[in-house]
This record gives sequence, structure tokens and C-alpha cells, in this order.
Amino acid sequence: MLLLLPGLALAQVPNPAQTVMRDGVTLTQAQEQRAEAIGDQLRCLVCQNESIEGSSATLAKQLRIIIRQHVAAGDGDKSIMDYMVHRYGIFVLLKPPFSRLTLLLYATPVLALILGFLVAWLTRRSKIPPPPPLDDAEQDRLERLLKS
Amino acid sequence: MIPELGHFALALAVALAFAQGVVGVFAPGLRDARAMRAAPALALSHFLAIGAAFLGLIYAGVVSDFTVENVADFSSSQVPLIYRITGTWGNHDGSMVLWCFVLSFCGATVAAFGGNLPASLRARVLGVLGFVSGGFLLFTLTVSDPFTRIWPPPLDGAGVNPILQDPGLAFHPPVLYTGYVGFSVAFAFAIAALIEGRIDAAWGRWVRPWALVSWCFLTSGIALGSWWSYYTLGWGGYWFWDPVENAALLPWLTGTALLHCAIVVEKREALKAWTVLLAIATFSLSLSGTFLVRSGILNSVHSFAAAPDQGLFILALLGITIGGSLLLFAIRAPVLAATGMFSPLSRESALVLNNIFLCAIAAVVFVGTLYPPFVNLLFGVQLSVGAPFFNQTVLPLTAPLILAMAIGPLLPWKRAALRPALERIWLAAMVAVIVFLVMTEQTNAITALGLAGGVWVMLSAISDIAERAKLGRVKLGDSLARVRAMPRAAFGAALGHIGFGVMVFGIAGMTLATQKVVVLNPGQSTELGGYSWKLDDLHDAPGPNYAQRVADVTISDDGKPFLTLHPSRRIFTTPKVITNDAAIHTNGFQDIYVVFADEPANGGAELRLNRHPLAPEIWFGGLIMALGGALSLSDRRLRVGAPSRKRAAKAAGVVA
Amino acid sequence: MDMRRRLLFTAPLAVVALGGWGFYTILERMEQDKYDPHALPSPLIGHKPPAFNLPGFNTAPGFSNTDLAAPPQPMLVNWFASWCLPCAQEAPMMAQLAKTGLPIWGIAYQDQPDALTSYFAQYGNPYTKLALDASGLTAINWGVYGVPETYLIDKNGIVRWRWAGAITSDVMANGLQPLLAKYA
Repeated sequence: MLLLLPGLALAQVPNPAQTVMRDGVTLTQAQEQRAEAIGDQLRCLVCQNESIEGSSATLAKQLRIIIRQHVAAGDGDKSIMDYMVHRYGIFVLLKPPFSRLTLLLYATPVLALILGFLVAWLTRRSKIPPPPPLDDAEQDRLERLLKS
Repeated sequence: MIPELGHFALALAVALAFAQGVVGVFAPGLRDARAMRAAPALALSHFLAIGAAFLGLIYAGVVSDFTVENVADFSSSQVPLIYRITGTWGNHDGSMVLWCFVLSFCGATVAAFGGNLPASLRARVLGVLGFVSGGFLLFTLTVSDPFTRIWPPPLDGAGVNPILQDPGLAFHPPVLYTGYVGFSVAFAFAIAALIEGRIDAAWGRWVRPWALVSWCFLTSGIALGSWWSYYTLGWGGYWFWDPVENAALLPWLTGTALLHCAIVVEKREALKAWTVLLAIATFSLSLSGTFLVRSGILNSVHSFAAAPDQGLFILALLGITIGGSLLLFAIRAPVLAATGMFSPLSRESALVLNNIFLCAIAAVVFVGTLYPPFVNLLFGVQLSVGAPFFNQTVLPLTAPLILAMAIGPLLPWKRAALRPALERIWLAAMVAVIVFLVMTEQTNAITALGLAGGVWVMLSAISDIAERAKLGRVKLGDSLARVRAMPRAAFGAALGHIGFGVMVFGIAGMTLATQKVVVLNPGQSTELGGYSWKLDDLHDAPGPNYAQRVADVTISDDGKPFLTLHPSRRIFTTPKVITNDAAIHTNGFQDIYVVFADEPANGGAELRLNRHPLAPEIWFGGLIMALGGALSLSDRRLRVGAPSRKRAAKAAGVVA
Repeated sequence: MDMRRRLLFTAPLAVVALGGWGFYTILERMEQDKYDPHALPSPLIGHKPPAFNLPGFNTAPGFSNTDLAAPPQPMLVNWFASWCLPCAQEAPMMAQLAKTGLPIWGIAYQDQPDALTSYFAQYGNPYTKLALDASGLTAINWGVYGVPETYLIDKNGIVRWRWAGAITSDVMANGLQPLLAKYA
């Protein structure tokens, strides 16, 4: 499996300056990658739970074109995202913006870990309670077992 | 007539299930041995009754009996036989019957093969299963009846959703359900143990095979589902963080934790209450996953539409099952005292660490999935929590898990020193670091980290086995003898870890996927990922119940054609849907993936061309994990169940 | 028994109870039609429609955002298309609304004049004014994500309500009528 690793690098995008055309807009490889990264972050509203980049819906295609036009015009990621949010609301963002509303959501990984370690700490037991001493019958049985 | 018999069998099953529940749960308390013996018999007959109902429903589908509403709505006489059968569970009502069938099958297996369990424990386990099954059967019978008749019947059915007319998806639900529902047995064992107030090593040994079987099915089910979405949805995605997928991932995460904890209970009699909680949580998540997804609350691609009254019924069932079991847990679990102690550095502690991380991931997935509806409820704001969020939060939690899961198996129980363990994996660590350094140079840090992590997990699992065999330190023959003497569970565990490593490797490789969407006219070609892709021809082709447009695409490397693929667009008439059938060629380490996305009005074909390095490793990894589980399951020690029974009997004989 | 341990063991039940209550509330409200988990509030609500200027149907003039700036009475803007099935289902409701004297301005989304002519021949034309958004770009500026969509605009030209999907008698009675009374 390790022998495959050199081959992986070859599969990488060759030249960032080379141009590609997608949905009728011509971009450089680097710009196209940016457009794809933006499209991956946006929800296709017609189809549940697909990104604009992955969807085959007409609206998604139109929005892909708009993203590419903005990228070609040199707009920043943030302004393109704002363009979408302005029209469709924050629902369109597959990663919700950090705000008071999403504080708990973003705190979950940390809280879960703290809670996990806390519970492990609280329920740990430092001392083994000694087993109750054997009564006569048990002592008797133990001896016989040991002999047999 | 047959549907009525099926309906009757379903009603009979409700009665038998509740009888099983009452007898199983209450007979042991009354010390009624005869009643306790009735529980297995009831479980078997309850299984037969649901089996009859299920067969009745399949029969109605096979003969296209359109007086049955379920068949009229979701099947058609034009669909091939196999999809008339699998279409039975491709809709809400039918899938409920399948679900109950699998649950009763689990009960029947406990009844049939649980002979080595103490009679009272077996009765209680069956009792809990009976109540759970009874509740959901009642739901099926009253508000989700698949045998409803309509008159007059339509001339033909509405048809099977073309997306479901696929071998992958046809068998995905039964496998996944077996995984989900199989955890009901671990759950029932947990509840029975809480009722009895006693958990010991034997309990761990009984629970583990059940958890293991379900885990294998769940792993395969998830892998199958992921593979299906990869080859049908047509853009090469294999995991979408869709609520339905998350619903399957959650019990997988806690189930994996459960699997590891049951070992601690079995070997060291520690983490008892935690293991019980995991068993409850895993089945609860399976239940919530199956049902809340259907309530229409979550935004999901694959949910069945269900009416809110069904939702409330199901919520009540979930409330009783989950709430009841957690109430029992709150009351009874604090008395479950551990006897085995361990130091902060020991295999037990490593497993605790594994549990913390697995559960933290589960918490993130859980909160992320449920956050939007709850925010909407409380603040009236529609949020999306999608793939970018999950990728960003789950990844950092997986990294330490990967780091720890390689070291954990090398630590001895009770008390360990880090140095000997590190000495045993320095080779794996070295290779992983080299892979990371080399690949960062050539690709990017995240991909390199993933590849290195995969290599690290695989190599450490292999070196663990090699170390145990003292490979290279004793004669080869002796090493082989040591390997032969090793328990299969050791190989199973190593294989499970290797599978996970392979999957991580594949996921990391997929970050390097290259894709391109182009419109080509026949004869034109384009370049991608070092290959030249040429559209040769577009033509029509016949299909069994659809018309087809096929594109012939030839791929050449350095001017030498090495592959021709035939992606197609399938045009179904009942219902009217067009699906894209991706053409995928794999050599085991790379997929070449072509989708015929559209035929533009002004000629040519819109093609999505993809080169996916290491994509097959994702599913191979899942498969290897499941195989590891199966191998572990074949271990004598697990199969025998309670191996000490004979010896105990002998010892008792001596005393007497 | 250790109190701390008892409390710890009750925590899972508390978490589940909280979740269960939440789900119960959601389902309850869904059943009473007070809550739709898929409803998407429009960011346009409380604002004026974005700038646009669309051509009309056949020889009739179209309209622009300035025409919507201060209508004499509350009005609806209905996005529709001749190729959309729910639009045809909605058509009788639109006709009924138009008969009450409520001005409904239509915008045909990605449509052809010929197709529209036969659509109106079959389902009638309830629209006071009609504009064509052939490219669909104005729709994107409005945040329209499917047809039909209906917007309520008050006398100040501000969007007060948006309904995505066909308007049913339920929606009309519970959603639209109270707002029409409020902004009349």
C-alpha cells in the first residue's frame, strides 16, 4: 500500500494557471478550486442536504455560474457568501456562522471532552474495598477445592 | 385472502409479543420455572407469526395485488421480480414490518441458542425484547398498517422509486436493520442485568457476541449505504452527513464503544455501569435514528414521509423504552460496583480514553444533527448544519483516537508502563512520520496526516501480532506455532483495527480526488488527472423497464487507450424520473468514475469525469472491519458462551 | 449510597427527558399546523424588493421595483411558471383571490410566451400585471428557490410575507387573510 503513495501525488491538479470551463464560465484552475470550495459550503435549496457543487438542479447550476462570475470578477469568499445569505438567509450556509445562536453547537466538542474526562475522574476508584472475610463454610470449601 | 392472513398474523404477533414480555419479565421474580420456560416458546412463535405476516406482504408484492394499498402505491407489475420483493421494505409501512421481523428474529435466536444462559436471565432478556417488539408491532398494526385494502384497485401500481431499483439499496435496509435491531439484544441484557442487580464477567461474555454481530451488520450496512450513494448519486460523494447517515453513525460509534467496554467487563469486571449505559444508549440511538428520521422533523434526502400522529405514537414508544430504561438505570446502576481496579496507564484506561473520544464524536454528531430543529423551535431561525461543520469538528476528535487506538492494544491490563509499548511500535511510528513528511511535501498537510494515520493504525496492528508471535526473536517455526495458538479474537481485533486504518487511508486519498465537468461532442476529448478522456459515441440502448442513453468514453494514458466506460442516463416512465447511471472502473486502488449528467439541447453530452485515488479503500476498510468482527466472533471462547459451566458443575459435584 | 454518584446516574435520564420534551413540542406544533420544520423565512421580509426591471408578456408592459414602491393597497407578487404542476394546482386559488379585488402581479419564471398563452387558456389569467423573468436572475435576487412563491407587499412597498409552494385554502385562511386585514 505504501508503494501507492508516490502515485497519489501525480493525481494532483497539474497547473494552477491552466484554465478550465465549467457551466460556461472560464476560470483558471486556482479560481475554479476556489469556486468549488465556496460551492461546497452552500446548500442547494431545492434538493435537501446537497451542496450547490454536488447538485444537478437548475437553480444550483445557476448559482454555480454566479459564484464563478464573482470569482472571475475577483470578489472575495466572504462577499460571495454574503451575496447568498442576503438572498436566502443563513440557512444556505452548510456551516452556520459562529454567533450566540450557534455557541453551544461549536462548544460541543470541547464540552463533550471535558464532560467525558470529568465523569471518568468522578467515577474512578482509588482504593479497592477489601473483600469480606470468608465464613467457615466458604473457608472449608476453599480448602477442599485447593486439595482436589 | 393472503393479505388478510398476513394482517391476522400481525395481530397474533402483537398478542404473542406482549405475552412474551409479561411472562419473561415477571416469571423470574415469581420464581415460576414453568412460566420462565414458556418465554422461549413464545419468542419462537412470535417470530413465526411476524414471519408469516412478512411473507404475506412479500407475496402481495410478488403477485402485484393492487387491492393492497401499499403494493398499489409503491410497486408495479412492470418492475422486475427482485424489486417487487425488495420494494416491500422500500416504503414506511413495509419497512416497519421488516424492522419488527428482524427484532423477533433476534428474540428467536436468544430463545434457540440461549440454552447456556441462566433460566431467569434468559427469561428476562426475552421479556424485555417481547415488550419492545410488542410496542412497535402495535404501532405497525394500528397506525401504519401495510395490509390496508383499497377498492377499486388501480390498473397498475405507481411503481418502485427508480432510485430503489438497485441491488445495493435493495439489500441495504435489511443489513442495516439487522445491525440496528441486533443491539436490542445487548439492550435487553442490560435491562435484565439492572433488574437482577448483578453484572459479572459472564454477563460481559454473553453480551459481547451479540454486540459484535450487530456491529458487523451495522458496519456493513453503513459501508453498503455509503457505496450505494457513491455510485448512484453521481458526483462521487461517499458521505454526506445527512441526518439519515448520522442516525446510522451514532449507534455505530456508541456500539463500537460498547464492544470495547464489554471486554473490560468480561476480563476485569470494571466499567460495569458504563457498559450498561452504552448498551442502553446504542439501542436508544438505533431506535431514535430509525424513527425520528421518519417523523419529518429533520431535513433529509431519504426519509419516508410520515404523518405527525405516527410521530407522536413513536415518540411515546421511544419515551417509554428509553426513558424507562434510563430510569431503571438511575435507580439500579449505582449499586453495580466494580471489582477490578486499574491504574491510569493500563489497557482499561486506554479503553476509557477510546470511549471518551468515541462518545465525544457521537455527541458532536448528535448535537449537530438535532441543532437545527431545536434552534428553529426556540428561536425561529432556520440553520443548516452540514458537511463542512462535521468535517471540521469530527476530524480533530478522530486524530487522538487514531493515535490512541494503536497504542491501546499493546498495553497490559491493570497496570502498564508506556516504554515497552512504545518500543513495540517505534517502527510503525517511524513509517507514519516518514509518510507524513513525504506526503506533506507532495500534497497537503491534512491529506498527509490522514495517510500517515491510516498507515500508523495498520502497521501497529500488524506489529502487535508480530510481537506476540515474537517474530524475528525466536525461530520462524516457533513464531508460526505461537500465531496458531493465538485466540482468533486477537486476530479479529487486529483485523478490525487494520480495516479502520485502511478506511482512514482511503478517506485521506479521496481528498486528492480530481473532477471535471465538461460538455463534449462525439469525437472530442479532454485532459484530467494525467489521462485523456474522449467521448466516442452517444447512442440509445434498451433497458428492462426504462429507456437508456449511453455515452461511450475512452480513457487513454500517454496516448494508449486502456479503458472504455459506458455511463448512461436512464429514463423511467412509471414514475417519470431520469437517473444517471455512473460508470465506474476500479483497479482496487483508484476509481475512474464517469457520469453522463445531461444532454444539452445544443448537442453533445455533459460529462462529469472523476479520478478518485484510494476510493475503494474506504469500502474495503469497512468490509475488513466487519470481517475482523466476524473472525472475533468465531473465537471458541465466545461461541461456547459460558465455558466454565462444566468445570463449575464438576467443582460443585466435588463439594457435594 | 454516595449522593454524587446517584446524581451522576440520573443525568442521562434528565438529558433524554429534555430532548423528549423538545420533540413532543415540535410534533405537537406540527400537528396544529403552527410549525413547519421545512419552512424557510425569506430575508426579504421587512424590506423592499431588490431592484429589477422585467419585460412584459406579449405587447403589455412589464414592471419594475419602482412600480412596487407604494401600491395603493396591499398586493401579492406571485412567481409561477407554465411548466410547474403546483402552479396549475394553485391557479383556482389565485383566480378566487383576484376576484376579491386583491391585485396579484405575476412574474413568470424561466418561461416562454407561447407556453404561457396556452397555460392561461387552460387555467385563466388572474394577474393584474405580468412580467417575464426568462433568465431567472431576478428570481435569485428575490431569493426565490422554487415556483410557485407568493409575496405579500404592503402599502409602503415592504414585503410582509412569503409563501413557498402552492397556496391552499388553509394557507389563505390562516396565513394570508389575517395579514391582509392587518396591512389594509
